[in-house]
Amino acid sequence: MASVCFYFQVHQPFRLRRYSVFDTDTNYFDDYKNAEICRKVAQKCYLPTNRLMLELIQRHGKAFSISYSITGVALEQFQKWAPEVVDSFRALVDTGQAEILAETYYHSLAFLYSREEFRDQVTAHTAKIGETFGVRPRIFRNTELIYNNDLAHFVQGMGYAGICAEGADHVLGYRSPNYLYRPIGCDRLALMLKNYRLSDDIAFRFSDRNWAEWPLRAEKFAEWVNQVNGNGFVVNLFMDYETFGEHQWADSGIFDFLYHLPEQVLKHKDNNFMTLSQAAQAYQPVAELDIPHMVSWADMERDLSAWLGNAMQSNALHELYRLEEAVKTSGDPQLLHDWRRLQTSDHFYYMCTKWFADGDVHKYFNPYESPYDSYINFMNCLDNVRSRLRR
Amino acid sequence: MLGWEFPPFISGGLGTACYGLAKALSDFGTEILFILPRGSTNQHLERVHVVSAGDKTAPRGRTQTYWTVDGLEHVKLIPVGAAITPYVTDQEYIEQRKREEQARATTVSEKAEAKPPSIDPSLPTSLGIFGTPDIYAGDLFSEVHRYARMVAEIARTNDFDIIHAHDWMTFPAGLSVAALSGKPLVVHCHSTEFDRSGTNVNQRVYDIERAGFHGASRIICVSRLTKDLVTSRYGIPESKCRVIYNAITVNGEPIFHQCQQIEKDDKIVLFLGRITMQKGPEYFLAAAKKVLQVMDNVKFIMAGSGDMIRRMIELAAAMGIGHRVTFTGFLRGDDVDRIFEMADLYVMPSVSEPFGLAPLEALSHDVPVLISKQSGVSEVLVHALKVDFWDINEMANKIVAVLRHPPLRKTLREHGSFEVRKFAWSDAAKACVDVYQEAVQNG
Repeated sequence: MASVCFYFQVHQPFRLRRYSVFDTDTNYFDDYKNAEICRKVAQKCYLPTNRLMLELIQRHGKAFSISYSITGVALEQFQKWAPEVVDSFRALVDTGQAEILAETYYHSLAFLYSREEFRDQVTAHTAKIGETFGVRPRIFRNTELIYNNDLAHFVQGMGYAGICAEGADHVLGYRSPNYLYRPIGCDRLALMLKNYRLSDDIAFRFSDRNWAEWPLRAEKFAEWVNQVNGNGFVVNLFMDYETFGEHQWADSGIFDFLYHLPEQVLKHKDNNFMTLSQAAQAYQPVAELDIPHMVSWADMERDLSAWLGNAMQSNALHELYRLEEAVKTSGDPQLLHDWRRLQTSDHFYYMCTKWFADGDVHKYFNPYESPYDSYINFMNCLDNVRSRLRR
Repeated sequence: MLGWEFPPFISGGLGTACYGLAKALSDFGTEILFILPRGSTNQHLERVHVVSAGDKTAPRGRTQTYWTVDGLEHVKLIPVGAAITPYVTDQEYIEQRKREEQARATTVSEKAEAKPPSIDPSLPTSLGIFGTPDIYAGDLFSEVHRYARMVAEIARTNDFDIIHAHDWMTFPAGLSVAALSGKPLVVHCHSTEFDRSGTNVNQRVYDIERAGFHGASRIICVSRLTKDLVTSRYGIPESKCRVIYNAITVNGEPIFHQCQQIEKDDKIVLFLGRITMQKGPEYFLAAAKKVLQVMDNVKFIMAGSGDMIRRMIELAAAMGIGHRVTFTGFLRGDDVDRIFEMADLYVMPSVSEPFGLAPLEALSHDVPVLISKQSGVSEVLVHALKVDFWDINEMANKIVAVLRHPPLRKTLREHGSFEVRKFAWSDAAKACVDVYQEAVQNG
């Protein structure tokens, strides 16, 4: 059997406005630009791709299913500026073929700094998903697939059936990402690893004309899926949803590819598509996996260095989480929400100085000219949060 | 090569660039005949030896006397007694000449001390210098043309394949030599009249620049910014222009921190450069005023001299920040090192800066930099803070951030001191050689 498990990440941060040290108001976020980006990506990606997915589900019935993780901050922005996006996701969820995963509401790095804050944000996200889609997530994925043994243990304690992580070479070694694993010290949780080669063929290389496999057609990709048959259970294709129409533009043929992929994959009678919780139920973990160090799906390093790679990032994060107790005891819900929106990992991603090698991805909707500008802007906002606490 | 200034008397980027380039070219084995104008302010040279290879009985100007410099194996230096210096305007030139005339008239003994280059007292000073410094023409333009005639004279008796002229004052000389010898001319544009004078362009300077650009086979521009000026303002096709960024000599040795032990209460923000319109000193002061609204333990140092220094001192006083701004005058050598060592941030708010070597010097001294986006160096420098020169709020915002957040300083310093090593004269020299070859092949 080879079950293709699509999981798409849907996320838009609340980007900060230019906030100078001389500013004193509490409007940190750039509503105008955020609305503009939301609407633009809705037109180019979310709406057309959701339409396509719905069509595929209608065409293939039970044979085609997919999973999404949609952050709370993205949903909040859709509701404000592009409500039709929420409706189109709801239409997909209502078919029963599209699963929603759990994550932190704010797409944050909270697990690294505060377990209590982490739990609060996951709970808030679950509540938001429940009220928007009427479903309860059973599989957890952490921000940017950041993962280690401790997280798995904590997430099992929260009652989830499975968890996603990057199938990075340095954690897998000789093992294949095409099986399910059991995180060390866990007895119920299934660990599902991203097949980064096949995922990145779609997400990063699809329109690269210098790539030997260009142009990638659904037939060829289905061949690669077939090769897993007999030496794996699953093909985990995890990627940003913005791959469709935004990272890979419509004129690259990405929508055609997506449209034809299910029929090509299903040509082989042993293949099918599953949601992540279906996969967690259908297959048994083949081995225990010990991942003590943090891994993620970011950059070449597949570690935390995209958010914690330099002194500015670490300083900004520490200063931010240092305010946790004060913010929570202030009893000011707006302050709490602002402080949490500052936790969104994108703010720290923009401060990354490794951008020579991984430049393109870091520049995606990056509102700053340099990582230094983003740090300065962030710290100015944080200064203002601090001054609100003193009042 | 028609160049400028040799250590230790280097008054700005032009001299540094000529020296760095000549040295790197020499290291590659390129033979350079370096014509050096030697006005009254440029008398003393270090590590220079006079080699008198020619026939001393030959008429003046036909002698093959040249100097060699330690460390520049393939460079023959021919000093020319011309009173041209970089960064001088026509008006300044006339005033400068007047002052020198007066000094000469009053004290003969001082004059004797001031004039000769103290290289080898046994040699007559005029021997090594082509032309005599005493017979200066009246104004800058006559002097530029007099220089051109002397250079043409030197060119008759020397062999070379290409002429490389740096900035407008040497363009007439470059053009004459090219016409006489039929060799291709490469002009190197370190700045244009538009950079130096804003919109108050001196038509005669512009005409000389234009003639030089049009007469040259290739134009080397120090940045895309400069290249755009050359193509748009002088009507030069892009195909003739090449961008070669300046570089810096980093010895790779860690800098000895003399001042590390000194406890300083004040944070220090440094402006270092000529205090002239194009360097934007008033924007620095305006930003300083803003910074002092939110921080009080900050000192602003303005190091350099220039025609706007008095106005800046008065402006600082009028803004009520006089006690927080220090003017040091022109600094050189160790004093520059020392001031960099004290500084927490270097600011270059230039209104127009064709390249801008000083930020690279600051980075090589481990000082983070804030530079104007209107500078050539900002095209290539990644690990620097950047701001529009007129945006004093943002300038102040960034100054405050650097002073308040040590991790920002640390990250800028770490990446900056690494990045600055990319700017090597050897790369610039390689690119120059490519341009020479293009010029020789395509004419």
